[in-house]
Amino acid sequence: MSDIPSDLKYRESHEWVREDDGEGVVVGISDHAQAELGDMVFIELPEPGMSYSQGDACAVVESVKAASDIYAPVSGEVVEVNEALEDDPGLVNNDPYGDGWLFRMEPSEPSELEDLMDADAYSESID
Amino acid sequence: MRKTPLHHAHIDAGARMVDFAGWEMPINYGSQIDEHHAVRRAAGMFDVSHMCPVEVRGPQARPFLAHLLANDVGKLSTAGKALYSCMLNEQGGVIDDLICYYLAEDHFRVVVNAGTREKDLEWMKSRASAFDVDVAAMEAYGMIAVQGPDAREKFLGLLTPEFRATAEALEPFNAAQVGDLFVARTGYTGEDGFEIICSELGARPLWDTLVGVEVTPCGLGARDSLRLEAGMNLYGQDMDESVSPLESGLGWTVAMNDERDFIGRSALEAQKEAGVKWRFTGLVLLDRGVLRHDQVVKTSAGDGVITSGGFSPTLERAIALARLPAGDEEQCKVEIRGRELDAVTVRPPFVRSGKPGAKMQAVLDSIASN
Repeated sequence: MSDIPSDLKYRESHEWVREDDGEGVVVGISDHAQAELGDMVFIELPEPGMSYSQGDACAVVESVKAASDIYAPVSGEVVEVNEALEDDPGLVNNDPYGDGWLFRMEPSEPSELEDLMDADAYSESID
Repeated sequence: MRKTPLHHAHIDAGARMVDFAGWEMPINYGSQIDEHHAVRRAAGMFDVSHMCPVEVRGPQARPFLAHLLANDVGKLSTAGKALYSCMLNEQGGVIDDLICYYLAEDHFRVVVNAGTREKDLEWMKSRASAFDVDVAAMEAYGMIAVQGPDAREKFLGLLTPEFRATAEALEPFNAAQVGDLFVARTGYTGEDGFEIICSELGARPLWDTLVGVEVTPCGLGARDSLRLEAGMNLYGQDMDESVSPLESGLGWTVAMNDERDFIGRSALEAQKEAGVKWRFTGLVLLDRGVLRHDQVVKTSAGDGVITSGGFSPTLERAIALARLPAGDEEQCKVEIRGRELDAVTVRPPFVRSGKPGAKMQAVLDSIASN
């Protein structure tokens, strides 16, 4: 069984979103997604300062198996990326909800967060 | 989907299972990269029971195979000796690549790929009708590949002194019957080790015994990255019926020095005469990223294509096998998501016996000095 923390929100394309007090939102990929993809070998992150609309492809995770697009779960500006992934992409496998986070966004349309699934709905979507 | 005799061993070990050529096979048991390193640094094993041994028996077994295969079974003069070969169609296209073992003058064993099993058998049987020979797929067997610097010692340690002496005496690319086991000193990883054919019922006990001496179960994922590092072709990706061995880096497996009449020979001679238009080579990506099957390679002589690509856990960079327009230029570009990234050609293998090959080391040194 994959781990699906109840305090996060999820997109159907397996990104998770953590609302951070006053610091925008943190984005990563779910435990289910990292397990499906296998060992990560290269993560292509967006440039801080870039803006995306909800659903835009904004990053790529490459595993031993395949390259997968990561979609912006909400519209907004990327304000920080997880630079540790450059040297250690395996953090996404080992700690997908912690040290394996991908980037931080400042949402321009906070109401879009309501479009995302809660843990129960995401769990059902991957059954 | 078809299952091997080791299916439950994989499930019990928590393997992630995938469909491979109609067989339900383990892709990994957790981490593909850890499995890869286990084979490079110690010992790992693979369930290769989906591969198909074909028994070729009869007084004309040798002349039949001399006609059927592009490599020359005339090279096989001592019992147990193995030969890697392509099996070609009349157009010189590769129907399959295989290993042929010489067991006795009236008995050869040919191990073919899982995905090509049916068409291979059909082809071999149709071609066998002109010879006094019988072609039949082996039934009810298991096959395990034990590979890595410690693989031989781990396996030999399981045998009685008499059996051990037989298996230990095997030179590379030789095989022998060792009790109930057919043991070949062959593999698909670039490491030393054995490929073992056992009975269907004997597969699980052998697997569990190997687990007990700390041989790491490895899935198809690691098998692919290991063979890519070793510069070994994968049928269906690096070559198929639309290309010849001369366009697939397999010219060394085609024996054309004498007059032997083998299927595909005249097509290969015509191709040689006209000049082979493609070269098959290794690529190393100098930029960050991952090379993948089907990516376009830009050279000054035109576009080529990556046939197999991936991340090399040993070298920690992207490597590939590619079919490029003939030439000797080393610099090229690979299109990845709309960008052209720098790559350089390298003659495989990328990794030999756990370490970078000579050409690969030169590339790594030049990257490090820039």
